[in-house]
Order: sequence, then C-alpha cells, then structure tokens
Amino acid sequence: MPQHEQRTDQPDLSNLLEGYAVPKGTADELFDASGTMRPVWHPFLSYLNGLGPARCESRFHRGNQYLRDMGVFFRRYSTQSGEDRDWPLSHVPVLLHDSDWAQIETGLIQRANLLERVVADIYGPQRLVRNGQLPAELLAQNPEWLRPMVGIRPRSGQFLQHLAFELGRNPDGSWFVLGDRTQAPSGAGFALENRRASAHMYSDFFPDTNVHRLAGFFRRFRDALRGMSDGDTLAILTPGPNNDAYFEHVFIARYLGLMLLEGEDLTVHNGQAMVRTVSGLKPVSMLWRRMDAQFADPLELNEASRIGTPGMVSAIRSGSLALSNALGSGVLETRALMAFLPRLSEILLGQPLQLPNIATWWCGDPQARAYVQKNIHKLALAPALATGLPHDSNISAMGPTGISGEAQPDNWDGTLVGQEAVSLSTTPCYENGRLVPRPMVLRVFLARTPTGWAVMPGGYARIGPGGENSALSMQQGGSVADVWVVSDTDVPRDPLVPNRDTYQRVLQGALPSRAADNLFWLGRYVERAESTIRLIRSYHRRISEGEPAHSRRLQHLAAHLDRLGVDLEQDLPDVLRDQISAATHCASKVRDRFSVDAWVALSDLNRTLAGMTKTVRAGDDCARAMSVLLRKLSGFGGLVLENMYRSSGWRFLEFGRALERAITLNDVLQSFTATDAPNGSLDLAIEYGDSISTHQRLFLVDPNRYSVLDLMLLDLSNPRSVLFQIDILCSLVPDLPLNPDHTAWRETLLRQITAVQQFLTGTRPEGIEISDFDDIRQRLFELSTSLSSIYMR
Amino acid sequence: MRYEIRMQQDYSYAAPSHAARNLIRVSPRPIPGRQLLTRCDVTVSPPPSERRDWLDFFGNQVTEIAFQMPINALSVTLLTEVDCTSPPPIAAADATPLADLPAQLHAVRDIGPDSPHHFLAASPRVRPQTDMTAYARACIDDGMTALQAALAIGQRLHQDMTFDAKATEVDTPTETAFAKRHGVCQDFSHVMIACLRGICIPAGYVSGYLRTLPPEGQPRLEGADAMHAWVRIWGGPQSGWMEYDPTNDLVVGSDHIVSAYGRDYSDVAPIRGVVRIAGDQKSSHRVDVIALD
Repeated sequence: MPQHEQRTDQPDLSNLLEGYAVPKGTADELFDASGTMRPVWHPFLSYLNGLGPARCESRFHRGNQYLRDMGVFFRRYSTQSGEDRDWPLSHVPVLLHDSDWAQIETGLIQRANLLERVVADIYGPQRLVRNGQLPAELLAQNPEWLRPMVGIRPRSGQFLQHLAFELGRNPDGSWFVLGDRTQAPSGAGFALENRRASAHMYSDFFPDTNVHRLAGFFRRFRDALRGMSDGDTLAILTPGPNNDAYFEHVFIARYLGLMLLEGEDLTVHNGQAMVRTVSGLKPVSMLWRRMDAQFADPLELNEASRIGTPGMVSAIRSGSLALSNALGSGVLETRALMAFLPRLSEILLGQPLQLPNIATWWCGDPQARAYVQKNIHKLALAPALATGLPHDSNISAMGPTGISGEAQPDNWDGTLVGQEAVSLSTTPCYENGRLVPRPMVLRVFLARTPTGWAVMPGGYARIGPGGENSALSMQQGGSVADVWVVSDTDVPRDPLVPNRDTYQRVLQGALPSRAADNLFWLGRYVERAESTIRLIRSYHRRISEGEPAHSRRLQHLAAHLDRLGVDLEQDLPDVLRDQISAATHCASKVRDRFSVDAWVALSDLNRTLAGMTKTVRAGDDCARAMSVLLRKLSGFGGLVLENMYRSSGWRFLEFGRALERAITLNDVLQSFTATDAPNGSLDLAIEYGDSISTHQRLFLVDPNRYSVLDLMLLDLSNPRSVLFQIDILCSLVPDLPLNPDHTAWRETLLRQITAVQQFLTGTRPEGIEISDFDDIRQRLFELSTSLSSIYMR
Repeated sequence: MRYEIRMQQDYSYAAPSHAARNLIRVSPRPIPGRQLLTRCDVTVSPPPSERRDWLDFFGNQVTEIAFQMPINALSVTLLTEVDCTSPPPIAAADATPLADLPAQLHAVRDIGPDSPHHFLAASPRVRPQTDMTAYARACIDDGMTALQAALAIGQRLHQDMTFDAKATEVDTPTETAFAKRHGVCQDFSHVMIACLRGICIPAGYVSGYLRTLPPEGQPRLEGADAMHAWVRIWGGPQSGWMEYDPTNDLVVGSDHIVSAYGRDYSDVAPIRGVVRIAGDQKSSHRVDVIALD
C-alpha cells in the first residue's frame, strides 16, 4: 500500500497515483519522507488528472512528434553503424521548488569554484601534491592529466567555463553530487529541446506556470564567450557527425549563431589558430570545445587522433587561443578525486562542501583501503581513474583498468576506489494511465559569466527504466525528462534575443572550406543520384511495358548504366545506395546550414530506401520505386536549394548541382544522340530530360537528333539543357567569395567556364560532333578541379 | 669523453605533403654533471615557414617546425659536440628492496619531470601484460633490491631476445616483439619497461646515441649506426634513476649519450609529425658518433 496521504482540499488523484509505491529507504520527488505530496506538484498533477488517459497520450504523442520534427535524435552505439533513434523523452517533468533549487545552486557554485582552484593547481604550482593533499599517482597515472598542458595558464585566466554535475537525493531529502562533468559536458542543448517539447505538450498549462525559463542561461554564456574571443569568429569545436552528441552541437551552433568547426577546419600559423575559409584564413581565439581533449591535437596529444588539429597545443601555449574548457580539465572527472574534494574544499576555500559528493575511499591510501576491506558489504568497488558515473552501467566494462574478479582484497591498491552504494531517488513517470516511481539523476549545467557562475534552472534529468535495472544510460534504455524549477512568484520570461525592437544583423563569419566542400559535393551527389534514378526508371519502365531486355535499345541503355557502375542484376543497385549515402554523409557534415525540414526529408528518403531494399522487384515495381525515390530526393533538394539563404554556402551547393547536371546530361546526350544509337534512343533521352511534352510543343516533328540537341544541349530556357546549367555556373562565379591567396585561380575558373559557354552559344545542333561531348566533359571536370583548388584546400 | 655527433634523417614523399608540422627531438639533453653541450645545431631543409625551440614536459629539447607550402622532401640534420661523463655508480647501501618499493613510491610527493610516478602506469606504447609480468617474476628472487631485479630481468631478456633490424617496424606492438623474442633497441627497451612496470618498478624510455667505434679492444655495440634506445629504472628514493641498455646488456656509462627521456617511444620519437599525404614515403637515417679525445 502507498504510504502517502492526500490533502483533502485537493482534487482526487487516486486514479493517477494508484499503486504508486516508493521503494523503502529511497527519496521520492513526489512524496516527502513523511509520505506527504510535495506542494509543488499539486497544480501539475491536477492538470494531468484533468486531461485523463486518452488526452494525456495524445499530448505525449504531440511532444514526441515535435522532437521528431525538430530532428532530435540520439545516436546508438550498440548497433553496427550507429543509428539515430527517437529521443527517449519521459513526458512527466521533474518538479522542484525554488527552495530546493537554491540549495543546489549555492552548492554547485561553490563546487565549481573549488574545481577551478584544483585544476589551476595541478596544471600550475602543484602545491596540493607537494603538500601531500593530493596523491601524485592520481595525476601521474591518469590519462586525462595532460602533460603538455602543465605550466600553461589559459589566456582567459580560467580553465573552466562550462560544467555539468550529476546529482542524487538522499533519503532525508538532501542532495549529493554523483559526478562532475568537466571535459565537454553535453546535454544543455537537449535540455532546451526537452523544454520546448514540454511547452508543446502542455501548451494550455505551461505558459501560466512560474517555471524558470532556460533561454537566459544560454544568452549569458554566449555573451561571456564573445567577451573572451577578441571579436574573432566564435565557434564550437565538434568531433563530427559520429559523436553521440553531434545533434546537440549542431543545435547549439544554430541556436546561438556560432560557427560549427571540426579539427580539419583549423590550422595553426605562427602560433595563431586559423579557420580555413573560402575567403582565406581567419583567426580564431576562442573555441567552445565539445571534443575530448586527447583528440584535439595529434602532434602533442593522442597521435592516433584523426579529428584533431596539429599545432593546437602550440597555439594555446603561445597564448593566442583559449579552449572552453581548457584541455586537460577532464582530469577533474576522475572518480578517486571525490575522496579528496571534501578536504580540498577546507584547504582551498576554507569552508566545508555545502553539497557533499558520494562518499569515496581511495584504496591507494592504507587507512582508506582498510576501511574499504572492512565495509565492502555496503560499498561499491570501482576503478579509481574512471570518469564515468556510478550508475552508467558501461563502467562495469572498463577494460584493463576495470575491476577483474581476480583482485583479492589483499591486492586492492591505488587503481581502485570504494564508493558508498547509494540508491537513487525516484520521480514519477507515466505508464499505462498511472504514475510509477522511477530512479532519477539530475543533471545541472553551470556557465561562467563575467559576473560569476550562472546555473541553468532545470531542464535535464535522466530516468532509469526501473525494476532491477538501475542503469540510467540512454544506451541502456534509460530516458530523459525535463526539470521544472517552480517559483512561488512570477518569473522573468527572458527570451534569447534581448530586445524585440532592434533588428541589427549579426556579422556572418566566412564559410569554412570544409563546409564549402561538403555543400558542393552534396549538390553533386544529389544530382548524380537523381540522374541514376531516372535512367534506372527508364529501363524498368520499358521492361514492364514488355520490351525484351535484349532489345538493342535496352542493351544500349544497359551499357550506359554499366558505365555508371549500375548492376542491373540488382533490383536496387548498390551504386544508387552509395550515391545517396554519400549525399547523406555530406549533408550530415553541414547540418547546421540548412533547415530541420530538409534534414527530416533526407532521413525520410533514407528510411524509404532502406525499406525498399528488401521488397523491390524488377520491372513495374522498380520503376514505381524509382519514382518514389525521385520525388523524395527532389523534395530534399528543393527544401535545401529553394529555402537556403543565398549565402556563399548556397552558391557552392548550387554550383555542384549545376555542374553535375551538366555533366550527366552531356553523358546521356553523347550516348543517346549518337548517329549509331539504336532506334528509340532519342525517346529515352527526352524522357531522361523530363522534356517529352516540351518537345511536342516546340517541334512539329517527332524527335530527331537535331531537335533533341537543340532542346537538351543548347536551349537557354530549358533547365534540362547543358547550356542552361553552364549559364547558371557563369552567373554564380562573380559572387563566389574572393580568396586573397588564390586570385589567379579565380581568373582561370572564369576563363574555363566562359570557354564552354561561348562554344555552346555559337554552335548549331548540326555542328555538334560526337567528340565535342568529350571536350565539354573534359572542361567540366577541369572546372571542378579549379574550384577545389581555390576554395577547398 | 668528448663526442661529435652527426645525425641525418631524410624523408621523401611520392605526393607533395601539405601543411606539414613536426616535432623534432634529436638534440642531446643537457644533464648537469653528466652531459655538457658545447655546440648544438639542428638544421631543417627545406627551410620551414615556422620554427620554435622549446622544452617539453620531461625537459627534452624540442624543435617545432611547420611548412605552409607543400613539400616533397624533408631533411633534418644534427651537428653537436657534447662532453660526457659516466653517471656515478649507485651505492649498495642506497638500494631499496623490491618489496619496499611501492611504499617508498607512494611517499614521493612530486609530479615533476623526474618523478617516478610517471613511469609505472601504462603509457601509449607500453601496457603491462600478464605474460611479460610472469616472465619478469620468474627472473627474480625474494630479497633482491629493485635495481638487482631490474638487472636480472634485463640480462635474461638480452639472452632470450634476438637483435634483428628487419624483424620489426617502428610501430610494432611491444606484445609482438615479446612474443617473437626479437626486435631492435626500441623493442628490447619497450619489453623491458613492460616487464619492470608489471612488477611495480618505475621504468622509462631513453633515446640517444652510442659511440660508433668502440674503444680499442672492445666489441662494436649494436645500434651504433642509428639513434639508439635504452631503459631508465627507478631504484628507490636514495638511489634514484639508473640507466641500462638491454640490447647490449650494459649499465650505461659514457658511451651512451642521452637525447630524450620519456615514458616510451611516443614521448621521444625523433620526428613526430602529421604529414597529410596520399602515397608512399621513403626515409633514410644515418648517425655518426665520433670520439674527439
């Protein structure tokens, strides 16, 4: 039986709460230790109760749909290639009262200050080690203590700017710290999406609540970073699309208007970090680092890293670059450090920790080891240098530094810690029309601002699936909930943009070369895939119409497809899949540059393609499948090309698309308008060029070689003609950015394009020789090379 | 003993290398009372766009170079004169019994460059392995000092491992060299370091040079025509560090000239660099160490 009681002046919540049983000896967010419902929950539960099960489900569905539409995914590592999964939102937020939150805030600000003092010492004077207050082993044997960073004082003066802490609640209601996240904490962006999902689900409730808003936190942090960046480009450094938090990096970059950079976007010249852009090298002095430190510089850190920037440490050493957080800050996540922080707080701050951390004993110390040996029944043994959290079950598979079953108590040493075995507090989750208690950990984010640490008021809690499984990791089936910090009085609304009446534009940074490269190839691959789809469709249409595969015309088409690498034995040829996956890869690298709709369209295309792989059959079925793919691909292409701001990024995308269309059209015309091409080839060419009705309208005759060339090679009004696309290329060049290092190349580019344009403009269909197609192809390839040489090195 | 050291390392690339950046660690290391440099020139060709000289964490001389233009070849030469004295022998009374070493180590409150703490845990190229630890245990007796134990293990390795310049590459894993019991000075040193760390003796990696022609009447040492490597062993707070060359079974004297100290090869690689190239690269390496008196 539930131990809780309800106040009589409240509506009857018994349906919602039936069977809500808090495990013995654990704290619960809904009910306090005496079994009384915490008052902060009353309004929300009444509201939820009033909705009733059916409307609740539809609200939750609305929230899920919002997240899906926004493209909020997380990446699952367990599967072979890592796939995007729906964001596992637990729809009931965690509600905390201001007074609870105030304790958390002051405690965490103190802890952030303490961590800053500790990290400044261990990369600086190292007094803590010399005075015997911190064991040398914990640093010297620690892969996160980065020797090249010793003696380097960050140019901003501080090591830590962005922190997260994992908190649990004791049975007596007080809070404690489970883990410190100092390397490159993730989740703040997800918190914002959790909140937006909440606002969608509870749109008739949330606006009137006194829940502290989140946007102000981000604005203050962005302004703080800007203050540290000397007016240079401000950017997020991401490990790239293979990282499980990449969505968040994209999201924050877009939300805050920051550039999103990967290691290869940067180079170091004379101690200054520079962004490679299409307008030449641009200095950068501050990076918000979302990449683990070891990978940041293959020259001085992990030499196996392929995602870093050679010379980055050198730039930091020379004082021209600061990373936030500083390289090496990850050492503070070390589990064993928790054994020392309470004492270090007394030493460094002269005050006890306001918010204790999980009690920890380091087995390298003889007394602590003896304690652990004696009390092992109520402790959990863990690797001393692990940086994971006690309830992330991946820590049990730590590899060589993990706990092997062989280690006997006599051999326990400095590689191990004992930690108090804690049970997590619970919070209500909605399951089958009722609330059930599930284990939870709060994640709280802090950001340094010129006036001190700012604490994000709520937004993120991790929820375990319950039962025996106490793992909280999303990789292990856990979920995530919004956290509402509720005030008794009105809260400021605090939007991200401070004043609605100003309309000053933010100066746009130059386009990174890698982004230009990916946009250019995105354009090319999308167009190439479209061309392949059209040709495959033509083939299967003819088959479905009863034309034998050995007809001369289909053999001719098959030979053309074969030159493109299409294996017609495969109903859904691998080449097509490769082209779409290449386009997807390029798109994923520049996801911050186009709309969520476009990304969702691309995901939809990939899902459709994956679904077709097993089902598609040759002939009519395949022709129809190709039509579906064609529509979806055009949908994606249209969403990107039509809606993208006409920045230099758009020009590279459009340049790639136009160039590829000119190339593929040219190839098709060469094959199908050859004088020795089989009967009916011209029809295939016109069908490929989507120009059947146009041809009927413009020419009084059936298609002949000249009419087809006139329409598809030389017509300035037909978007499916080579000259039309060349004209687009010509019109794009003057607005491509000037790269001061490559002015001569740009002249070359212009000359190459005008040469093709002039040749085609001055030619009649009768004058076209078969060798002219080779010539045009050659020139178009040279264009591609020139563009890469100017902008993409 | 005074030496002139000449070292030349050449690379050529099949395709031009763009935006190359390298860290060079080839200079002898000044060691008070043991190595005095009277001349030291590191020359790079073609002339790099950037060059800076600094000391790394372990106190080694580093020359950092970068090229902003594509290069097809890279040549690094060292010309140096150095005065060398043998490290003083370690007094028997200073030696720490192996059994006492962990407690003595724990008492060391230092994480400076010479602190033994850096040299006990796994490092990028050397991870203690149970088979090497078992091998090390089989070489030693109860009651040995840490340094006696280290020498016993080194001698045994010297007997069991074959020097074979062709058997391994610069990135051959230590485990492979140990399993096959062959390799060059780098492999001998890495295997010995893994053995020592496995039984809790802090051990580091030394890169350096050997005199090319031995003193009259003595055999020519292995490894003299290239940069050499040996091992540094922490024997306890009194005895401090001892250097031992497992390739030649020698406690290091004045025939060895130290270039750099590190946890393993990755800390002291003579040329560490990220070369963005597609295609092959060729390299050649030549060392002359001439005794001047």
